Amino acid sequence: MKKSRGTISRRDLLTGVTLTGVVATTAVLPVATTSERHKAAPGETATQSSEGYEHLTTDEATLLETIVDELIPADEHGLGANDARAVRYIDRGLGGALSGFRNKYREGLANFDRFCRLSRGTSFIELSQADRVAVLTEVEAGTATGFSEDSSVFFSMVRRHVLEGMFGDPYYGGNHDFIGWDLLGYPGVRTAVTPAAQQRLEANELQPNHRSAYDWETFTKASARLSHRDPQHGD
Amino acid sequence: MATRLPTTDVIIVGLGAAGGGAALPLAEAGLEVVGLEAGSRLTRRDFAPDEIRNNVRDWPFAVQKASREVPTVRPNSSVDAVQAESHPMMNAVGGTSLHYWGQSWRLNPWDFKVVSETQQRYGRSRLPLGTTIEDWPFGYDELEPYYDRVEREVGISGQSGNINGRIDPRGNPFEGPRQREYPMPSLRWTNFLKRMAEVARGLGWHPFPGPAAINSRRYQDRSGCVYHGFCNKGGCHVDAKNSTAVTTIPRAEATGRLKIVTYAHVTKIETDPEGRATGVTYLQHGEEFFQPAKFVLLASYTYENVRLLLLSTSGNSPLGLSNNHGQVGRHYFSHHQGAGVSALFPFDLKAWYGLPAQGVAIDDWADDNFDHTNLDFIGGGNLWVMSDRRPITAAGMSTFGRAPSWGSAWKAFVKENADRSHSTYIQKTTLPYESNYLDLDPVVTDPLGFPVIRITGEYKQNELAIAFFLQEKMVQWYRDAGAIEVTRAGLGRTMGVSTHAYGGTRMGDNPETNVVNRFGISHEVPNLGILGASVMGTSGAHNPTLTVQALAWRTAEHVVSNWRALAE
Repeated sequence: MKKSRGTISRRDLLTGVTLTGVVATTAVLPVATTSERHKAAPGETATQSSEGYEHLTTDEATLLETIVDELIPADEHGLGANDARAVRYIDRGLGGALSGFRNKYREGLANFDRFCRLSRGTSFIELSQADRVAVLTEVEAGTATGFSEDSSVFFSMVRRHVLEGMFGDPYYGGNHDFIGWDLLGYPGVRTAVTPAAQQRLEANELQPNHRSAYDWETFTKASARLSHRDPQHGD
Repeated sequence: MATRLPTTDVIIVGLGAAGGGAALPLAEAGLEVVGLEAGSRLTRRDFAPDEIRNNVRDWPFAVQKASREVPTVRPNSSVDAVQAESHPMMNAVGGTSLHYWGQSWRLNPWDFKVVSETQQRYGRSRLPLGTTIEDWPFGYDELEPYYDRVEREVGISGQSGNINGRIDPRGNPFEGPRQREYPMPSLRWTNFLKRMAEVARGLGWHPFPGPAAINSRRYQDRSGCVYHGFCNKGGCHVDAKNSTAVTTIPRAEATGRLKIVTYAHVTKIETDPEGRATGVTYLQHGEEFFQPAKFVLLASYTYENVRLLLLSTSGNSPLGLSNNHGQVGRHYFSHHQGAGVSALFPFDLKAWYGLPAQGVAIDDWADDNFDHTNLDFIGGGNLWVMSDRRPITAAGMSTFGRAPSWGSAWKAFVKENADRSHSTYIQKTTLPYESNYLDLDPVVTDPLGFPVIRITGEYKQNELAIAFFLQEKMVQWYRDAGAIEVTRAGLGRTMGVSTHAYGGTRMGDNPETNVVNRFGISHEVPNLGILGASVMGTSGAHNPTLTVQALAWRTAEHVVSNWRALAE
C-alpha cells in the first residue's frame, strides 16, 4: 500500500517529535518499547505500507489513517492511534464483528473524500493540518454535505472504533505495544488484584503488566470471536 | 407434530436468577424437575477479562434467543413504538445472574405498604394521580425468612445494620430488621470509597457498604472476589460471583432430580379443557417437543413471562393464559435509574480494579426514610458510589467542557483525567400507572412470526421529582468530596428496555387487579406459578434480584407443601 508523500512526511515528523517527548516526559512507557520504536522509526513507511489490510482498499486505508492521525495524533503526550494500529483493528473487525459497518465505511469514506474535494479543492491528505482540522470539525458537527446520513454519524462511528482500536485488548489487532493503556495509565489486565496490589496502585507503584486477556491460556478464544448470531441456536 | 416426552412433576421455563434458585427447594423436596433453558452452559473459561467482547460488543446479550425478540418501546399510546437496540437479558444456564453486578438488596419494609403507609402518614391525596399501586398482600416480615435463606444459599456479602431491631451504625440503619448478620463481610473499599464515606458522615448521612452476591472471602468452597475489574457485563473466572449457575443449580442437579435441557425455546404453555396447564411446547435445534408436567413454573423474565402468557391462547383463555381479567401486562414499570450525576476530581481515583457491587451506599433519601410532608413526591432513591472502570470506557469519558473530543488537546485531557471521573446512577421509587403497560406489538415479530413485546411507558411527575431531589444530594456529596466539575443528566422520560423490569403479572389477593396470588400462583390456572420481578408491585430504591430470589424460594416451598392440592 502506497501512502501519499504528504502523509509520510507528516507522520515521520510527528514520530520524531514524539520520540523526544516520550523519552523526556512519558515515564510510564517502558524503555524497551521506546527503543524498539526508535529502531523501527526509519523503516516506518515500509511498515505502514505492508500492514496488509484485508477489507479496506488502499485508498480507503490511506484516508482513514490520515483521519486517525488527526483524531489521536502522535505528539508530545505520547504515541498516537496509528502507532497503536487502530486502523488494523477496524480492518480486522470489518471481517467479523464489525462487518455490519463495511458499507458505512465504504460510503462514508467516499463521501468524506468527495466533501473535501468539493469544499477544499483537493483530497484530505493533501490539506494542511489546519485545513484537516477544519474539515473534521465540520464533519463532527454534522454540517459537512453529501453524506447519506448526517456527517456526524460517520464521525461518531470512526471515533468510537478508533477508541476501541487504541484502548481495547491487543487481541483484536489494535493497542499495539499497549500504547493506549500506557497513555491512560491503565496498569493492565490482571486476573487477580490482591489488597497489596491495590495498595501499590494507590501509591502509584503498580507497574503496567502489558498482557492481553488471551495471554492467559485459561480463557477460551473462540467465544471472543462469536458474532451476533449463534448458529447453534434451537430455532 | 411435536414429540411427546415423558411427564415430569415440574417444568421451570428459564434457569436464571429466579428459576435457577427455585429448582433447588423443588428438587431437594423430591420432585422431578425439568429445567428448560433457551441458552447453553458456560464455564469460567468463557469469562475472559475483555472489554471489547463484554462491554463494547455486548457479548452477554448477543448469543441468545432474546436478541431476536427485542421489545419495541414508546412513551405513550399516541405514538408508534420503535424496536429497542438490544435485549438486556442473557440466555444461559444461570441467565443474567452470570454477568449481573450482583447487588443483592432486601426491600425496605415501606416498599410493601406504600399505599397504607402514605395514607396514614401524609393522607391519601399524596398518592400520585393515575397510579395503580397496591400494598403487597404481605409485609416485609413475611419475606424476611426467605431473604435470610437465600442470603445463605446463594451467598451474600454485606454489613448488617439492623439485627432484630438493634442498630449497627456500620450498616444500613434504615433496613428492615434481619434475624442475623450476612454470611460474609462486605467487599473491600478503595481509598476513594473511604473518602466518600467520610464526606457523607460529615454531611450527617449514614454511609455503608452495599450487599452483593459476590464472595468477599472463600464461601461454599468457591473463591473470594479477586477484584480484577471485569465484573460489569462479565462472568466470573473464579466463580466468586454467585450466579445460580454455580450455586443453586449444581446443588439441584446433584440431587439427580433436575434435568436441564439447553437450547430449548419455549413457544407455548399448553392447557386442557378445564383450564389446567398440561405442559409446554418447545423447539430445540428445529425440532418440536411437548414436555408434559403436573406443574409449570414460568421464570423467563418480565418481558418473556408476559409474552408467553399472551401467546398461550386457548378456548378458555382467548386473550392469553391467566388473562381473563385483562391483567397480564398491566402495572408494568421499569426502575427509574437514570438521571445520573457525573463528577471530575483533581486526583486519580485508583478505580481500575473495582467492581460495581463494591461501593458506598446512602439510604437517608430512600423510601420513606425522611419526612415528605413538605415535598411534592413520595418515595426516594438510593445513592451509590461504586468502583468500576475499564480503558475504552475511560477514554470515552466526558471532557466536562474542558477539552474538545479529539486531537492533541483531547489526548492531553484523557492522559491526565482517565482515572479522575466518577458517575452515579440513582435507583428510585418507581410506581405503576394506568397508562404504562406491556402488550404484543402489532407489527414486529420474532423470526418464528410471534409478536415481540411492546412497552408503553413513561416516568411521571413523582419519578422526575425524586430524580431532581436526589441529584441535588449527589451534587452536594461530590462537591464536598472535592469535585471540580459536576454535571447532571436529564431527568428521563421513556421507560426503555430494562434489567429492572417489574409488573405485568402482579401478585395480590384481588384477581381483578392481579395475575398471581400471594404465593405466586396464577389466580386462573391452579398449577401455574410465576417467578421473577413481573410479580412485584413496587420497586423500592434497590436492585430487585434478592427479592426475586426470596419470592421464588417462597413460591417453590409453597408448591412443595401443597403439592397434592395444586398439582394432582
